[in-house]
Amino acid sequence: MGKTLFHKVWERHTVGKLPDGSTQLFIGTHLIHEVTSPQAFGMLRDLGLKVAFPNRTFATVDHIVPTDQRTEPFRDSLADAMIKDLRKNCADFGITFFDIPSGKQGIVHIVGPEQGITQPGTTIACGDSHTSTHGAFGAVAFGIGTSQVRDVLATQTLALSPLKVRKIEVRGKLGPGVYAKDIILHIIRTLGVNGGTGYAYEYAGPTIEGLSVEERMTICNMSIEGGARAGYVNPDDKTFEYLRGRPYCPKGKDWDEAVKAWRLIASDDDAVYDDVKVFEASKIRPTVTWGINPGQGIFIDEAIPSPEQLPEADRSSAKEALEFMQFKAGQKLAGQKIQVAFFGSCTNARVSDFLEASKFLRGRKVAPGVRAIAVPGSQGVSKICAEMGIDKVFRDAGFDWREAGCSMCLGMNPDQLVGDEICASSSNRNFKGRQGSPTGRTLLMSPVMVVAAAVTGEVSDARKVFTGS
Amino acid sequence: MSLSPIKKITGRAVPVQGDDIDTDRIIPARYMRCITFDGLGEYLFRDVRFTPDGKTTNHPIDDSKYKGASILVSGMNFGCGSSREHAPQAIARAGFKAVIAGGFAEIFFGNSTTLGLPCVTAKREDLITLTKLIQTEPATEVKIDLEKLKVTAGKLSFSVTMKSSAQQGLLSGRYDAIADLLANLPKVIELAAHIPSPIAP
Ligand code: SF4
Repeated sequence: MGKTLFHKVWERHTVGKLPDGSTQLFIGTHLIHEVTSPQAFGMLRDLGLKVAFPNRTFATVDHIVPTDQRTEPFRDSLADAMIKDLRKNCADFGITFFDIPSGKQGIVHIVGPEQGITQPGTTIACGDSHTSTHGAFGAVAFGIGTSQVRDVLATQTLALSPLKVRKIEVRGKLGPGVYAKDIILHIIRTLGVNGGTGYAYEYAGPTIEGLSVEERMTICNMSIEGGARAGYVNPDDKTFEYLRGRPYCPKGKDWDEAVKAWRLIASDDDAVYDDVKVFEASKIRPTVTWGINPGQGIFIDEAIPSPEQLPEADRSSAKEALEFMQFKAGQKLAGQKIQVAFFGSCTNARVSDFLEASKFLRGRKVAPGVRAIAVPGSQGVSKICAEMGIDKVFRDAGFDWREAGCSMCLGMNPDQLVGDEICASSSNRNFKGRQGSPTGRTLLMSPVMVVAAAVTGEVSDARKVFTGS
Repeated sequence: MSLSPIKKITGRAVPVQGDDIDTDRIIPARYMRCITFDGLGEYLFRDVRFTPDGKTTNHPIDDSKYKGASILVSGMNFGCGSSREHAPQAIARAGFKAVIAGGFAEIFFGNSTTLGLPCVTAKREDLITLTKLIQTEPATEVKIDLEKLKVTAGKLSFSVTMKSSAQQGLLSGRYDAIADLLANLPKVIELAAHIPSPIAP
């Protein structure tokens, strides 16, 4: 009987059973950032412990770092203190820090793959729920809390219970203007925001195999939004091509050996899954959320459902969402005015996202009254976009082109919504207050849809805006 | 590091109604700007407790009839969203000793357990009855028995569930795994030799 990638990786990384019945799991690679690590280092010092394997932890700053002002001290004194604190912790414990002057800083889930730190067949943990992004490379990657960050620092292990594995097979051809973001929003809408509880999602099937590695990252990124703690795609030639030559990857003969091992880690053809779900790609259309959780989404040409139309368990949340969003059941989102367009986050701020959107944005202008910001996911992305002239396309259109960071994905830095502004956002969460204003309203969509909304000033079907049909 | 076992939690309860209460609601990101967790309790449910201009909304947390409550009662899928430990830390630091809900997001559940904040799962109908009871008689003492996985409140009594590793951990005072993890460090070092790490350029 065959095994899934999840099970193979889990077995390889198991240290043993703990007294409470859970597994002590070795963490191959640990990523940290400024917001969830300082308290962990504090706990470590309180206990008089050292970092067990400093060569397996990598740090960067993303959440609180301002994306406009880059000279220190930052205007926000707390942001300044947090960054200096991380700098000191990394120096004290011998941890590699992709600091701002390194030119490699960025959102932790973009920096890992970019540097080749994210590799197939390994376990990756980070004090951030979107760690599932790294699963796009065939790694078992998940978010952890701060006490667990402490555990990994002190022992490079975690106490965990294995997950079940659900295979999510996507077949068929995506229509024009339909992207990875639409696939995952559709999956979450269908299976529910807690449908994945207890599972790792294995995304498979011809459609997923046909996606680029960066598109797979978008899908794995939002696994947690469907309740699954981890999501992954089996590694294949695309994965290896993406990683070849990246700074932290093996070189020469070691590379060939690594690829051989990575091929074997993929799920066996006869692997047994706890559950299988199948989706038809051609049925998916551009998706936009209308509510306050990422499962509350509709196709752009659909109307917002009335709570009564929904399964009973979703009704109270739907009512709350309609009230908060000031939307009516039966209303369409197309034509809804927006005030802000946010192009960024670890879901969609990679070179391929900017490149694809720039094809449509070239020669157009952001609609009057819309505040549009574009935030590359890393300094690396920023550099390539500059070399390709992509930043210029965005700037010429009237986007504010920023420095790398999480920016308006969450309201921890100066980039925030004001009042009940509506934001067309390429990020992953539309929770109340997520974008910094307690009454701010977030509509999740693909980056190309964000650009369509930015140039028209309202939620629009990008397929119509950009083909003129 | 030995911790005292947690077997029973007794106290008054406060209902925070609603499903899918996410960690951004429990503690909005802009209040996570801290280097230690001290003082985080103040920001628990901040955005729903106060209007943007700082007026109280009379959220149950601030309702005097629930003052001193140490058990939080909520709806389905509590604690979904981000992995921030700031969320259970804020709950614990606001004086809560346990949460009863219709289900918990996994990371939240794990984070809470590590802090010694038990999260027990009740059936929806039991939650509704319990919520009604504490709304009408807020002085009712609610008891969570982690050994028997039972909640009692006045005449009301119902079973709850909890992942068995968490239950065992709480009952034996091993809910914070660090001591057990450290004990195996020699084995960890042995295994590490076989697991490739990223190679510094
Ligand atoms: S971009 Fe958003 S989701 Fe991603 S790590 Fe930053 S805050 Fe989290």
